[in-house]
Amino acid sequence: MNGATTSWSVLGVVVQVMLVIAGAPVLVALMRQVRARLEGRVGAGLGQPWRDLRKQLRKESIAPDGSTMVFAAAPAVALSSMVLIVCAAPFITTTSPLDGVADLFAVVSLLLVASIALALAGLDTGSAFGGMGSSRTVTVAALAEPTLLVAGFALSVQVGSSNLASLVEHGQRVPGTILSPASLLAAVALWIVVVAEAGRLPVDNPSTHLELTMIHEATILEYAGPDLAMVELGSAMRLAVLLGLWGNLFLPWGVATTAGPGTLALGAIVFVVKVAALGAVLAASEVFMAKWRLFRVPELLAGSFLFSVLAVSSSFFLS
Amino acid sequence: MSLIASGLLLVAGATALACAGAALASRISHRWRPLLSGALTCLVGLGGVLAGMGALSGASWSVTMPRLLPLSQAVLVVDPLAGLFMTLVGVVAIAAGIYSVGYPHPHGDEHKAAEGVGSRTVQAALPVFVAAMVAVPAAGNVTTFLVMWEVMALASLVLVLAEHRARPEVGQAGVWYAGMTHAGLVAILLGLVVFANAAGTESFAGMRAASSGLSSSTRSLVFLLVFVGFGSKAGLVPLHVWLPRAHPEAPSYVSALMSAAMVNLGLYGVLRVGFDLLGGGQRWWWILVLAVGALSALYGVLQAGAATDLKRLLAYSTTENMGLIFIGVGAAGMFAAADNATLASLLMIAALLHTVNHAGFKTLLFLGAGAVLRSTGLRDLDKMGGLAHRMPATALLFGLGALGASGLPPGNGFVSEWLLLQGLIHSLSPSGSPDVATAIAMPLAVGAVALTAGLGVAMFVKAFGVGFLARPRSAEAAAATEVPRTMRAGMVLAAVFCAILALAPLALVRSLQRALRALPSIRQERPVHGALELQLSGIRGSMSPVLIALALTGGALLIAFLVRRTSGQQRRTALVWGCGGTRLSPRMQYTATAYAEPLTRVFDDVLGPEQDIDVTHHAESSYLVQSIHYRQRVADRIENRLYPPLFAAALWWATVARRLQNGSVHRYLAYGLVGLLVVLIVVGVSW
Repeated sequence: MNGATTSWSVLGVVVQVMLVIAGAPVLVALMRQVRARLEGRVGAGLGQPWRDLRKQLRKESIAPDGSTMVFAAAPAVALSSMVLIVCAAPFITTTSPLDGVADLFAVVSLLLVASIALALAGLDTGSAFGGMGSSRTVTVAALAEPTLLVAGFALSVQVGSSNLASLVEHGQRVPGTILSPASLLAAVALWIVVVAEAGRLPVDNPSTHLELTMIHEATILEYAGPDLAMVELGSAMRLAVLLGLWGNLFLPWGVATTAGPGTLALGAIVFVVKVAALGAVLAASEVFMAKWRLFRVPELLAGSFLFSVLAVSSSFFLS
Repeated sequence: MSLIASGLLLVAGATALACAGAALASRISHRWRPLLSGALTCLVGLGGVLAGMGALSGASWSVTMPRLLPLSQAVLVVDPLAGLFMTLVGVVAIAAGIYSVGYPHPHGDEHKAAEGVGSRTVQAALPVFVAAMVAVPAAGNVTTFLVMWEVMALASLVLVLAEHRARPEVGQAGVWYAGMTHAGLVAILLGLVVFANAAGTESFAGMRAASSGLSSSTRSLVFLLVFVGFGSKAGLVPLHVWLPRAHPEAPSYVSALMSAAMVNLGLYGVLRVGFDLLGGGQRWWWILVLAVGALSALYGVLQAGAATDLKRLLAYSTTENMGLIFIGVGAAGMFAAADNATLASLLMIAALLHTVNHAGFKTLLFLGAGAVLRSTGLRDLDKMGGLAHRMPATALLFGLGALGASGLPPGNGFVSEWLLLQGLIHSLSPSGSPDVATAIAMPLAVGAVALTAGLGVAMFVKAFGVGFLARPRSAEAAAATEVPRTMRAGMVLAAVFCAILALAPLALVRSLQRALRALPSIRQERPVHGALELQLSGIRGSMSPVLIALALTGGALLIAFLVRRTSGQQRRTALVWGCGGTRLSPRMQYTATAYAEPLTRVFDDVLGPEQDIDVTHHAESSYLVQSIHYRQRVADRIENRLYPPLFAAALWWATVARRLQNGSVHRYLAYGLVGLLVVLIVVGVSW
């Protein structure tokens, strides 16, 4: 790799990080807007999450009496693991110099680090809500992790590598693999996990504050001000990361495989369109869905685990 | 004198001192006894580390002492594989030895030395136990091995029973432990005797040379017998039942030694006999090992997830981690039998690295649990809480251990679990079709590892979050104080060990690769290499633990700094929101039982929790409820299903045997006569 290419690929990583940080709250707004329009409401517009973040940054952080460093550090840790994933994952370009730092399995673990940081913070508040949200977050994460890893296994087997850039490039080079039964089954399994991990319906309702149903909101109930801003930005980035990963693994077209101004620009545009479209589809499907009770969620996740196991088996038996 | 010889000399010297110390114990005041015992334990550990490091650096060493053991001779042979396990035992022993100095006097009050833990027998048995564990891998023939194995078992039994006067459960745990460890010894003894008899020699070198000439049924019989024996020591399901009993009842530094060092010797036995002496063997052996490993990992993690006793939780977590290690070993054996040295060596490195990682974090966790126990008298997570304020150092160190154990970056367990997954996923290559057994076993193994990893995270969030965070749930937890300096020093040492493993696993991988040379069917140079990034030979896959750790912590600090700068406000402390009502009481917090309830309910069919609700009504009216008692107990179902029939059989046999012995001398003489006749007839027929 010569000097110019290296600097372009470094620029690619920078653009990717800026794009996800700036765009994630807009993605949340877009999904809210889609829901609002389908439900016959006007909606708050695409700028609302950023206006909320700005407002929260000017307020005061509050820590519950008796909480520890864990409560104070959790938002920064969760946000930092999201930024690290965005640095290492191929969202607009596969030429990232950081690709070797974290592969698919490491990215899955980093997603879990973010959930666990907030789950510990929820316990640390000492309120019943915090404990409840924490317990539920951990339950969903513990059951989603196997699906993520096994579906990742199914995808890696076809390519012979678990590095994300290799997976995306292989998908572009050999489009047939994406239409193979293994990939299709893995796509279904991962979609369910994306919904669960991002805290969307029917697993969790991101817009509820009803005590008995909330998961994510109960965990972060005690946060205020800049801390809350970090948590909200982190969860918006989590949504963007999950949709982006799903999009690039199963619709890899448009991701830049060579470093240069043109391919980077194209990659960025395609990535934005892809994630926006997936977000809109997810939001539209949520309009027709109710939240499931907590103890039916494991059934959903068990179903997705089954899909991922089938994906692995078919990658062997049908190849 | 070589490093190995001087290390072993140190072990021998310190053990002799310990025995002399035990004899002189009546002269030493109980104030100084723990110091002496801890120092000797550290010396033995240091000897183990020196000898082990010497062997790992490539030197080999052996000695024969012809008259030391009756009917046989004592042979010590130290090769790199033995060196790895000796180093591991040594490191754990040094941390536990330092820690044990302060343990009998939790509040620095030497007049209130804890009953049992400070006793002479226990203090003398500690260095002996460590010395036996260092000597087991060094044994070079069957007799030496079995003698050392038995010394290890007996010394640990004495240590488990340390507090038997204070609590009746300790005696129960001791009986279980004694029964299981001796049943295991019988299996190992039978296996090795069959092997040595068929090979015509009892030295490991001779058996190694003769093993290829044995019939395959003999080899399989030997392997199955030793796998049962070593598997029970390693705590594999269904022979794990002694772990959740003995570990909680033993003094905590003994639990650390047993759980982080002794169970590894079970693994050592399987590696030594299966891969080294028997030379790899058949594929179905390793499919069996893989299956038992997967079962242990899943069952262990589920039981640990439901457990509320902190030390019991850690004991089940040992079963889980040994399960993960045996998944790696089994898969490595499968590929070694199929002549795929690349994958076999990668998986074996993953298994060995996980063994070392497990030793590191489990030492730290048990020592941390011991610190809580000494300070509060509590093992029940439901009564803890808020300890982070009162025991900040212990909380931080336990948190680091939990991070390592949960297999999340940047902890040390993450690296080895990642390597294990890489080994398993590359078993199905995109080009060549694997055979059916591999194609079925590997996805299931990945599923088991993945489910174990997910549930393991939940378990350690529960252990750390409920135990140390939020507000105290009992008066004991509220009155906790930080433990003495020596105990903290022991934990810090274990934490440093974990940190090195987490950030620079490659520094260790080179030594592990040298240990693989002792396993002829697996041996391959450099399956894992790289500087900053972990690269795999012949496989595309890389990950950089040190960069991930740096980016995570650096990023978090930077983000926190930037947010503070932009908002410019301090964090204010306020009351927890109580739904507009009065202040929440600590009793309203989630307990460990409540925390694990969703997962317990999801895995209802496996765990089978027993629930009990007592509703007491007011005397005046049955419509008014006075109190509700809810109890939940998660029993070990495998234990309850499998063992009662065995006990019943043993009791039946005891009853029958009692009829034989009725006190009549005439009948005893008749037994003697009949016995003699039978022996004569058998000898006459067979000659």
